[in-house]
Amino acid sequence: MIHTRKLRRTFRGRRSTVEAVAGVDLDVAGGQTFGFLGPNGAGKTTTLRMLSTLLPVTSGEATVAGCDLLREPARVRQRIGYVSQEGSSYSEVTGRRELVIQGRLYGMSGGAADRRAAELLETLELTDCGDRKTKTYSGGQKRRLDVGIGLMHLPQLLFLDEPTTGLDPQSRARMWDEVRRLRQSGTTVFLTTHYLEEADALCDRIAIIDHGKIVAEGTPEELKREIAGDVVLVGPEGPPEHARDILKGQDFIRELTEEDGALRLYVDRGETAMPQIIRLLDGAGVTLSALSLHRPSLDDVFFRQTGRSLRETAP
Amino acid sequence: MKLLRDTWLMFGRYFYIFISNPIWVIIGVIQPVLYLLLFAPLLKSIAHMPGFPPGGAYNVFVPGLLIQLGLFGASGVGFGLIDELRSGVIERFRVTPVSRLALLLGRAGRDLLTLLIQSLILLALAVPFGLKPTLTGVVIMLGLVALIGLGMSSIAYAVALALKDENSYAPLVFTISLPLLLLSGVLLPLKPLAPQWLQDIGQANPLYYAVNAARDLFNGRGGSPEVLEGLLIMAALAVVGVAIGARQFARAIA
Repeated sequence: MIHTRKLRRTFRGRRSTVEAVAGVDLDVAGGQTFGFLGPNGAGKTTTLRMLSTLLPVTSGEATVAGCDLLREPARVRQRIGYVSQEGSSYSEVTGRRELVIQGRLYGMSGGAADRRAAELLETLELTDCGDRKTKTYSGGQKRRLDVGIGLMHLPQLLFLDEPTTGLDPQSRARMWDEVRRLRQSGTTVFLTTHYLEEADALCDRIAIIDHGKIVAEGTPEELKREIAGDVVLVGPEGPPEHARDILKGQDFIRELTEEDGALRLYVDRGETAMPQIIRLLDGAGVTLSALSLHRPSLDDVFFRQTGRSLRETAP
Repeated sequence: MKLLRDTWLMFGRYFYIFISNPIWVIIGVIQPVLYLLLFAPLLKSIAHMPGFPPGGAYNVFVPGLLIQLGLFGASGVGFGLIDELRSGVIERFRVTPVSRLALLLGRAGRDLLTLLIQSLILLALAVPFGLKPTLTGVVIMLGLVALIGLGMSSIAYAVALALKDENSYAPLVFTISLPLLLLSGVLLPLKPLAPQWLQDIGQANPLYYAVNAARDLFNGRGGSPEVLEGLLIMAALAVVGVAIGARQFARAIA
């Protein structure tokens, strides 16, 4: 659905030249929900705007929804939807009107646009406010309307730029449901986010981007397992030396450190390591008072690749 | 075809917004009306003096007011566009297949409608004061105002899209509008009242020709070469303006 090779975007300012996107290669298959994860300023929105034909490409090539991005932008526009971070509706127009005109601009007839708008208003729970001007809408309602506007013409591919930034938890949960619904209906979704949990929860595949370059790519599970591993905390009863000696040489344990009378073990797969640990310690007569498993987070992945924590860079 | 359909759709949108806030029509026409009520009467006492063009104070003054309406009305439209830019709507439209020219013409259509209504209000108010218009004069005059409106609005939109911010747009537009206005002979005719050097500068101003044409139209000289000259120059202005405006709508809003 999306293929890019060495996609680049340079901004030439008065005093300096900024390379916002520095050679991005992407392969997104149809029907996937693909996530672009990275801190603010990483180049996520710039990439998105290039792929949705809003920003000219400085160099590189790209195919979006089966059409060459540089040579056939008009055909790309027919097939994609785009929901920007800022908003897509004007304060003086009602939600329903915004939906209808959007549909009609894609060639839908008046009747078809009206029907589809009514359907979307219901799915997005905006029927009550659909005939009020959008200046009366809450942040969450505006966001849902924005998604509806992007979906009016049933695009094969939907770009979502930071869909839940600035939303309260309830609105965020609703938005996540909506993205999951889209996935079920077969729409390809390309979203950008700086929320780790969001990328983890919604995406089939993730590309982590920093300073305009992709630093890691894979499924959430692959990324977390490959780079960070799991952490098993072993709390033996009594001093930990005996337990430590038993576990030290085991080859499924990558690293072992002692911490406040407990042992911190870095393993590849916590779910297979834990039974082994229990068996070993049991066999040697060591009693355990506590045992816990910590799943790695995408923050660990980001940290390993860039030396910075994603959480620190979030607004 | 697509351009017509897209323009119609966009015009429908702006027409709807216009209808829900018609107060702006009145606000736009207040300035010329104030000139009409508070300044024009002063001209009555000098209208018989030598050097003042024939036709009566109002027949000389009101055509200029209409041009003034076209100029200031057009420069004001940029603010609405900047507001829309901020809301993200323009970017949203640019992702759709809509024609970039339609994005401009749909808005311009609404602006022309506003201008038309304001012109009629102004004319209606001027008649009891002594304006004596002819029907063909008025019709061609409105056509002239429409061309000015189209050209100037389009340029205003292009400037608004380039500056993207009211704080840069407002001073630029007002600084340019005032000399344009004064150098076109709107308040008082440059020929023959102005010194020669001022008349010469005025001839470089496209609006100067529009004002001359307007005065001829209102004073029974509808067949004069100045009328044709004014119409052609304004038509050229409109074409250039629309071209510049449409190009700006197509460019990236980085």
